[in-house]
Amino acid sequence: MTPHRSAFLHFLLGRLTLSAIPYDNPIIVWTFVVVAALGAALLATITYHRLWGHLWREWFTSIDHKRIGIMYLVLAIVMLLRGFADAVMMRTQQAIAFGGDLGYLPPHHYDQIFTAHGSIMIFFVAMPLIVGLMNYVMPMQIGARDVAFPFLNNFSFWMTVAGAVLFMLSLFIGDFARTGWLGYPPVSELRQSPGVGVDYYIWGLQIAGVGTLLSGINMVVTILKMRAPGMTLMRMPVFTWAALCSNALIVAAFPILTAALALLALDRYVGTHFFTSSLGGNVMMYINLIWIWGHPEVYILILPMFGVYSEVVATFSGKRLFGYSSMVYATVAIMILSYLVWLHHFFTMGSGADVNSFFALTTMIISIPTGVKIFNWLFTMYRGRVRYDVPMLWTIGFLFTFTIGGMTGVMLSVAPADFMLHNSLFVVAHFHNVIIGGVVFGAFAAINYWFPKAFGFRLDPFWGKVSFWFWLIGFWVAFTPLYVLGLMGVTRRLSHFTDPRLQIWFQIAAVGSVLIFLGILAFLVQVYVSIRRRDALRDATGDPWNGRTLEWSTSSPPPAYNFAFTPLVHDRDAWTDMKRRGFVRPASGFQPIHLPKNTGAGVVLGALSLFCGFGLVWHIWWLAGAAFVGIIAVAIGNSFDTHRDRHVPAEEVDRVEREYRRRLAAQASAP
Amino acid sequence: MSAPGNEIDGNVGDPRGAHGHPGDGGIAHASLKGYLTGFVLAAILTVVPFWLVMGHVIDDAAIASAIILGLAAVQIVVHVVYFLHMDTASEHGWNMLALIFTAVLVTIVLGASIWVMYTENANMMPMASQALHHAMGR
Repeated sequence: MTPHRSAFLHFLLGRLTLSAIPYDNPIIVWTFVVVAALGAALLATITYHRLWGHLWREWFTSIDHKRIGIMYLVLAIVMLLRGFADAVMMRTQQAIAFGGDLGYLPPHHYDQIFTAHGSIMIFFVAMPLIVGLMNYVMPMQIGARDVAFPFLNNFSFWMTVAGAVLFMLSLFIGDFARTGWLGYPPVSELRQSPGVGVDYYIWGLQIAGVGTLLSGINMVVTILKMRAPGMTLMRMPVFTWAALCSNALIVAAFPILTAALALLALDRYVGTHFFTSSLGGNVMMYINLIWIWGHPEVYILILPMFGVYSEVVATFSGKRLFGYSSMVYATVAIMILSYLVWLHHFFTMGSGADVNSFFALTTMIISIPTGVKIFNWLFTMYRGRVRYDVPMLWTIGFLFTFTIGGMTGVMLSVAPADFMLHNSLFVVAHFHNVIIGGVVFGAFAAINYWFPKAFGFRLDPFWGKVSFWFWLIGFWVAFTPLYVLGLMGVTRRLSHFTDPRLQIWFQIAAVGSVLIFLGILAFLVQVYVSIRRRDALRDATGDPWNGRTLEWSTSSPPPAYNFAFTPLVHDRDAWTDMKRRGFVRPASGFQPIHLPKNTGAGVVLGALSLFCGFGLVWHIWWLAGAAFVGIIAVAIGNSFDTHRDRHVPAEEVDRVEREYRRRLAAQASAP
Repeated sequence: MSAPGNEIDGNVGDPRGAHGHPGDGGIAHASLKGYLTGFVLAAILTVVPFWLVMGHVIDDAAIASAIILGLAAVQIVVHVVYFLHMDTASEHGWNMLALIFTAVLVTIVLGASIWVMYTENANMMPMASQALHHAMGR
């Protein structure tokens, strides 16, 4: 801040000055040029094809859970590209920065990159992936027409987007946190991080956190209250069970993150001392709190993917899932146990042998229900007619990769071993092993599995297999060296090394990241090729994989109302049961269907939250205050909007269903 | 969502799943008597701790604190029962299950956090904990 700045300018812009724009950093300038060019091209294309009205009416304001789910997945894939760009930059830096060569990234920039990589990958890639999948699939699996609170769903999505945009803004206006993805104090306190980086981190996560929490509540209520008649808890598909447990964890855990970040924000904004070592504060309390959220968070991410694998394994083995009840109990056990292990993230902080032993034991115990699941999947495949389609390939890749990741996790759970491995690259390799091997592989299995449901044509299998093999091999090439380096004692988050013997391992890891890049590229090619070849890949039945659960009983893509008639459930795998009983699609008796109307309030609230967050980051108090008042006003005003209902007329339902029956008949009579 | 009888195979199923009608075991009913009872109990449970502190009724601060915390716990129960209408039957027992789940997690989080922070303090800050003992022993 220049002393010559007038009071008015200071009021107007807070601490935002021209020097906050990193125009002197060529990497960021070129990133900006590329992003701006791509963004401008995208906006121009949308304008050229006159798609703005369509996007606004049919997508942005949509409260259809299916469209919101797809938008979450698009957000996740866009943010994956950002997070992966960070990963490639880190791998490149570590491969070259040895001895006299300092690499191309100065430490303060490198630190921002690893912080952004971690927080973006967890909060804006993995979370939107699971929330998007649960949004798309779960209501249809339970035979519902939408979620319990459809507007809230749209609002949650736009809050997540607002948080993501705030993170992205930090790239070009100011800088990002250099603290690591959890923002540990004291380095995240005002004294050590006086800039805006940590504030971007705090407000981005607080805004997105509102969306995540509300979406969690929404889905718990949906599962408990809106199941089709006859679908008892023990007849729910395993994916829905996993979604229930995952969302219960979201509801229970995210307030703790909100509280921890709020206390950190108070330290930074109003001079409290919750987490400073002076004046009675305690740094350890932040680390304790953030991990009480952080450990359930990893189960929030993995449980829905366990559900995905369960659906995929049963479908592609042509069998009922082996051990349904044990799968459900294992999921619930993991949900509870995930609250009892958090201290294993800081064994070395000196709680002593008794505390460490307790948390080491709970950590070892949680691997038991996970092991039960692995065996259930294997036994489901045993003597089944396994079809090696792309979703199944991802699942087998997961079984292989995740099991090894789980075993290194058990190694880390041994507290004395953890004293050797803590903060080393071994830990980095372990959590990438379970998150890539579990969550990312699961997301690709799910996208390949449910894509035909969402769009009416399958994804191209050739490019899907190319993507799978590049990801699988790339993962192992990239992270096996980190296991080795970790065992050699190399700590994480270093931007420069002196021992030249280590360099070869980092170079191998960099090659691995290139292979993963090819895997991501192959996925994008897969989507492009599939759209071009959509007529050859078309599926008229709505059930291309011989599915077992209710979402496959609708057309692809499903109508806005999902089900013309609410299905009655008599068995697990309700759709298999209906097919076995010779289900005939009803041709008459349709009634008008009540659905909620689209609304732009979610977009407006998300945008206002973004302004509020930006104002808070830069100390532009009038902007933050005005935006906050705006949020309250719009929320109250929106609650008085009583014209939220629409009815799909019975004739319209009749027309849509007749068209679907015609396509089914055409498909059946074709050779 | 849909009109009754709009199910796919003609049977009218249990309406609670798809339609969200509160049937038996739905939302617990509120009554004026319940609110008044709750209000009186809450008022008593607020006034007594206030009186304990302001009137210096009990000399030992530790015992006074324990009594006040105990009354606070009773206060929570009063609020939950009379104002939030929690009982074992409402919403088919889901409310009670959610309460138990919450109680278990809160107990774990608070109890284990205190344990963790206490042992960390005892192990890592020997000087500070000695000073603390001196301060508490006066």
